[in-house]
Amino acid sequence: MSQGIVTVAYIGATILFILALGGLSRPETSRRGNFYGIFGMLMAVVATIIGIVADNYFILIAAVAIGGTIGITLAKKVQMTQMPELVAILHSLVGLAAVLVGYANFMDQHNILTGIDKTIHDVETYLGILIGALTFSGSIVAFLKLSAKISGKPLLLPARHWLNLGLLVAATILGAVFVSQSAAGSGTFPLILMTVIALIFGVHMVMAIGGADMPVVVSMLNSYSGWAAAATGFMLNNDLLIVVGALVGSSGAILSYIMCRAMNRKFIAVIAGGFGTSGGTTVAGSEEEAGEIIAVEAAEAAELLLDAKEVMIIPGYGMAVAQAQHTVHEITRKLREKKINVRFGIHPVAGRMPGHMNVLLAEAKVPYDIVFELDEINDDFPKIDVSIVIGANDIVNPAAQEVPDSPIAGMPVLECWKGKTTIVLKRSMATGYAGVSNPLFYKENTRMLFGDARESLDAVLKSID
Amino acid sequence: MRIGVPKEIHTGEKRVATTPEVATLLQKLGFEVIVETGAGAAAKFTDDAFRAAGAKVVNDSQTLYNEAEIILKVRPPKTDNDPAAREVDLLRERQTLISFIQPGQNQELLKELADKKVSVLAMDSIPRISRAQKMDALSSMANIAGYRAVVEAAQHFGRFFTGQITAAGKIPPAKVLVIGAGVAGLSAIGAARSMGAIVRAFDTRPEVKEQVESMDGEFLMLDFADEDGSGEGGYAKVMSEEFIKAEMDLFARQAKEIDIIITTALIPGRPAPELITEAMVETMKEGSVIVDLAAEMGGNCKLSEPDQVVVKHGVTIIGYTDLPSRLATQSSQLYATNLRHLLTDLTPEKDGRIVLNMDDEIIRGATVTHAGEITWPPPAPKLSAAPKKQPTAAPVKPVLEKKQSQVPVIVGLVIACFGLLGLGSVAPPAFMSHLTVFVLACFVGYMVVWNVTPSLHTPLMSVTNAISSIIVIGALLQISSDRFLIVFLAGIAVLITSINIFGGFAVTHRMLSMFRK
Repeated sequence: MSQGIVTVAYIGATILFILALGGLSRPETSRRGNFYGIFGMLMAVVATIIGIVADNYFILIAAVAIGGTIGITLAKKVQMTQMPELVAILHSLVGLAAVLVGYANFMDQHNILTGIDKTIHDVETYLGILIGALTFSGSIVAFLKLSAKISGKPLLLPARHWLNLGLLVAATILGAVFVSQSAAGSGTFPLILMTVIALIFGVHMVMAIGGADMPVVVSMLNSYSGWAAAATGFMLNNDLLIVVGALVGSSGAILSYIMCRAMNRKFIAVIAGGFGTSGGTTVAGSEEEAGEIIAVEAAEAAELLLDAKEVMIIPGYGMAVAQAQHTVHEITRKLREKKINVRFGIHPVAGRMPGHMNVLLAEAKVPYDIVFELDEINDDFPKIDVSIVIGANDIVNPAAQEVPDSPIAGMPVLECWKGKTTIVLKRSMATGYAGVSNPLFYKENTRMLFGDARESLDAVLKSID
Repeated sequence: MRIGVPKEIHTGEKRVATTPEVATLLQKLGFEVIVETGAGAAAKFTDDAFRAAGAKVVNDSQTLYNEAEIILKVRPPKTDNDPAAREVDLLRERQTLISFIQPGQNQELLKELADKKVSVLAMDSIPRISRAQKMDALSSMANIAGYRAVVEAAQHFGRFFTGQITAAGKIPPAKVLVIGAGVAGLSAIGAARSMGAIVRAFDTRPEVKEQVESMDGEFLMLDFADEDGSGEGGYAKVMSEEFIKAEMDLFARQAKEIDIIITTALIPGRPAPELITEAMVETMKEGSVIVDLAAEMGGNCKLSEPDQVVVKHGVTIIGYTDLPSRLATQSSQLYATNLRHLLTDLTPEKDGRIVLNMDDEIIRGATVTHAGEITWPPPAPKLSAAPKKQPTAAPVKPVLEKKQSQVPVIVGLVIACFGLLGLGSVAPPAFMSHLTVFVLACFVGYMVVWNVTPSLHTPLMSVTNAISSIIVIGALLQISSDRFLIVFLAGIAVLITSINIFGGFAVTHRMLSMFRK
């Protein structure tokens, strides 16, 4: 097959990928979008195999078969609550692939370039491996944090900003060394040293980021995996890789931006790590706020719900942890049968990755037309009779609006306290990830329902019947 | 510890200090509950219901007082001369009594209880602070009294409350005036409004205007500047003479057109102010009704008589002092819940042992005798019932709007431009064409991704993850190499990107097929 036909196939694949992302603009078209993506991928891979691959078909097919089996098994088995972990580990694979392809390309010296072409090619290789290694180790740490194999607390090394800066400078100097040595035909050593530095940098960067910032991290790593692909594309002079890398990279960047805006944080502040870079004052929960909380039993909560006309459910990470989404759906169904208008209010950073709550609710078969975003729903709260907050804390914290020096001041929050009654499901009185105490719990119209979210909701469901 | 609930012996008292529902909850706090037989009968709680709730039912009050360490009552214990009706004698040393006491009016009783070394918590002495609202029995009872006052008025009023136009003619709505917009007043406003009457309300405290309006009542303003009737603890205080004169004029004017007057004006520790004079009653329409909730304290209406319904000048004047008891089931429920909340605070360990923590403002305020001493009145509470004025948190700083200097942005753009120019001057055309593709693709991505609905952000991430595995092309380009190491690296890369491609698309498909209307 001629190079021309391969290129045409690549153009087709590019268009299909853009259509795939475009399809996600609405749930109705999203499934079609996914098929466009699959078809595009198939087209690109098949064209490459037929047109370019000349040997080692056995290794190729074996690798695809093994990898494909693992991938499909993973996709089938994963619990919807574990989506963030899955996405993180898949990101790490893209990073690792970029590193491997970079090394393979570096060793494959048959296309001898000279002069400026050689320099540019070396810089591309170097960047591809750098971003790939960073994505790889960062995603691994994110995976470990999300699956609670290591603590979600930010690890704050003393001079961490200097450490980051030092690593960056070292990587830059090594880059210069690599380019000059590579021109002389060697350069393996600086490349390996840089890879190690990039791996350390990735680990350190994600270790320093707190659990509440996880949505930013996951989308940021998404973005990096795209840039890694784009850099690889430059290295290989392959426009398809460049386009796809740019699409993915900008998609991840936009998601990171949306997440940061939803928390009123600066992207740099999130990446630099910790919560509140001013340091020290993070846990200055104002004790004087502490007042009386009013606890209720499940039966009372059920009665409140049955007496209501407008109910708003605000899920948070606690719902995912307790796997309570199915019970939530049952309650929703029962209430809707009784002509009670039940809606869901989703904060952009609820959960551990963008859109996490939507996926969980969809899994529980909650119809998506009663699930609303923060901006769509926030003005409706004064009309709401009962809001149920399930395992969420910072996203419903009135301190964001009322306490100007709070670490979360200015963050958009769901204003559930403006409704008639709020029922908060919570395991204990601990603070949220941000370490900020929540005045919502002490408001007069707030009722606390303590216990595991799943058990509490099961009890509520029983009382509704 | 054992909690004993005796039958109330005060004539006409139908309430009881606990209900089967609350008895269950008290047992969860670690208490045992004993109820005297028939204690709940008048409030429609049977002995069987108490037994079903796990309470023990005993036959006489003597046994009950002997067995229980804590006594829950509604009325203050009787100190009558008739020895058969002296509840005080049944109490013993180190027992705890929780009940309405009215310590201000019942000094004798206090002294007797202190002498017997009974610890007494008076439900009517609980400070009116926000934290204590859930145990504020006075408010609970006032709420019921206000509601019942409207029901009593309706019973004695010869017309509908609501206006109607019927085939048989037009029915005008009743006009109701509520004087004193405390808890009882607001409750009366709500009840009368929901029956369809036109409701007006007056209070000397201008800040309750909003509350009246929130109940859909009309607040009558007095053209009288600069006098605020708010006293300590959310109650009203005595007003100046000019103010009272203006107020009386207003009532006199209103009396001529109003059908029903409900008065709830009380000033703590003083006789009720006389607001409705005989002359006003005379000007009222035949068949009008006055309900005087202050009858026990002398009455807001000159002509009202405690516990009686009298008709004077054609106006029915109701002076019942036992309105909560007339809704015994409801008032017992609320009172029992108030008691439970107090007991919850008294048993911090939930082990059925009460601890009189005199540093706690609520418990200190409620305790009127302890260890043989009279501890009433308590030191004044620091807070008003009105919500703590927050130091009006400066309406959140517009952090987002912070005017950032545009200089760094412009400098950055200029540097980027020069950087690109520099690159363009040395880079080969092939590289520049790739760069063009790259920049355009970034913009396409930007446009497309902003259109993605937020609910699909997770599928977006998994699908972008899958397509970023297009890096497999890079591995495919190298897999045909003749060097083993390169083939090996490329093979591994194909393997892991395959995981990603298949896994990513499959999980995206799985997620998307869940989204449904």
